[in-house]
Amino acid sequence: MDGEKDWGENHRTLVHDQMKKKYRSRIIIDKLVSIFAIVCLIAAIVPLGSILLEVIKNGAGVLSFEFLTSPQGSIISGNGGIGPAIQGTIIVVGLASLIATPVGVLAGIYLSEFAGIGLFPSAVRFLNDMLTGLPSIVIGIVGYVTIVIAIGSFSVWAGALALSIIMIPIVVRVTEETLKIVPHSIREGGYALGISKARITMSIVLTTAKSGVLTGIVLGIARIAGETAPLIMTILGTSLFFSSLNGPVDALPLRIWRFASLPYEHSHAFGWGAALILILMVLGLNVGLRMLAYRKGFEIRTEA
Amino acid sequence: MVALVIYSVAHGSVQIFSFEGLHFLTGTDWNAVEGRESFGALPYIIGTLVSAAIAMAIGVPISLGIAIFISEMSPSRLATPLSFIIELLAAVPSIIYGLWALFVFRFWIRDLIELPLYNAFHGSVPFFAKYPFGLDVFTAGIVLAIMIIPIVSSICREVMRVVPNSQREAAYSLGATRWETVKIAVIPYAKSGILGAAILGLGRAVGETMLVTLVIGNVIGAAAIPTSLFSQSQTLSSLIANEFNEAASDLHLSALIGLGAVLLMLTVTINVGAQLLVKRMVKVPSGEKT
Repeated sequence: MDGEKDWGENHRTLVHDQMKKKYRSRIIIDKLVSIFAIVCLIAAIVPLGSILLEVIKNGAGVLSFEFLTSPQGSIISGNGGIGPAIQGTIIVVGLASLIATPVGVLAGIYLSEFAGIGLFPSAVRFLNDMLTGLPSIVIGIVGYVTIVIAIGSFSVWAGALALSIIMIPIVVRVTEETLKIVPHSIREGGYALGISKARITMSIVLTTAKSGVLTGIVLGIARIAGETAPLIMTILGTSLFFSSLNGPVDALPLRIWRFASLPYEHSHAFGWGAALILILMVLGLNVGLRMLAYRKGFEIRTEA
Repeated sequence: MVALVIYSVAHGSVQIFSFEGLHFLTGTDWNAVEGRESFGALPYIIGTLVSAAIAMAIGVPISLGIAIFISEMSPSRLATPLSFIIELLAAVPSIIYGLWALFVFRFWIRDLIELPLYNAFHGSVPFFAKYPFGLDVFTAGIVLAIMIIPIVSSICREVMRVVPNSQREAAYSLGATRWETVKIAVIPYAKSGILGAAILGLGRAVGETMLVTLVIGNVIGAAAIPTSLFSQSQTLSSLIANEFNEAASDLHLSALIGLGAVLLMLTVTINVGAQLLVKRMVKVPSGEKT
């Protein structure tokens, strides 16, 4: 009797010890994974910090009133500035968003309010998602083939068209998503008053979802403001101020690229300066929006 | 819209395909001199795939780690600002990544990773067998990885959030540690979504232009086939960006648009695959969420 009890005791402590040992290694693995995850996070944050730091450090030095407003002078002596590029970015991006906003918002309204379920709307959604994933340089080729060749010169229109093709799917997506969140009861209130569907959509649903739709538009603008590749083959870039919608114009990202490819100290400094302006524009839009959205308590999804 | 894209790319590239035929895809020459034109896209296809592969190999595990940290480990007070920071990374224009990579990051890579590796093996390992300048497929791959991290990790996070809590609770109640919970309850459930996110990142990496143009070294012809991690190369998109404004003849232009066509096919295939995977995952458990 006694011996049997002893054996049981021993066995229990043996199993207990083994489990304890195993448990310890499991804890260690768990900790290692946690550390790995944190290292990953740091690995992503370091570049962001470094980019911001370098852009500010190298860019702040060249900032001046002249830099912001005057056209580019001699590169080697470092005269002039990026005035035409800033102006060009504003023109091209403004034009592109004038094209993309109505198209994108209306398509989003269609998908969320009128389309229902069926082959066509899901095909539209699918193609829209695909459009989001297209490389921007391919979209630049579209601008080139359809407009630049047709007109015979690099032009603002081609750039605006290419950028709007990039922006439309973003706006469509966000509009559809926000309209879907609008509660059904609000729509039903409209129906109960006997208002037509178009009217309900325009003045009730859209008003409710206003801030979300605006978010989509601003995100789209922030995205296309930084695009470079499609601009190479559409607006070309020049060192002069804007002259006509059918002629070439300059843009910040394009200018950065050209500056960076030149072998002069001054042009590099100018590149950093232009980058600072660009990053201020883009991140300013993004951060401002997210702050606003955070305060209002809804979430922005950037990715498809 | 999509029809327009396909039409214009096809229209523009007809000339080169009729000139070179299938040889356009397999040739390695790239000569734009009039009378001696010869265009082959193979080196750039390889360059694209290699740099994207490096980006995936580095970017995906890191994004997965970030997603796991934000969705499974961090206290919720920390999760919002952290995802905010990651999204900021997504908002930085790629040209600025390029600028930073060219003037700052390149030297980190060269001095901290490439030179030590080169010196350690003295060219005996073919991977590291070229004296590194920092302008090569390896740098391009790493910067691409940094660029795809925000996209991949935020989709992974979404997908992990969709995993029902009952799954996690079941694992915890069996005595699993946190990592084991992630391993046995979260990842299997989110598997296809994570795969989709990775492929979407691959699509981005393949199509990215400006950043690659600035750091990959831009060589043309057969030399663009990377023989080691540290050799200069060229991708489809960077070659288009570099030569588009200098293209003198229609044929040369058409060849560049032809590269665009190849790139288009590559990314469409990748994206369609990814979309199908992510949709299947996200739709099933939570209905409306996308």
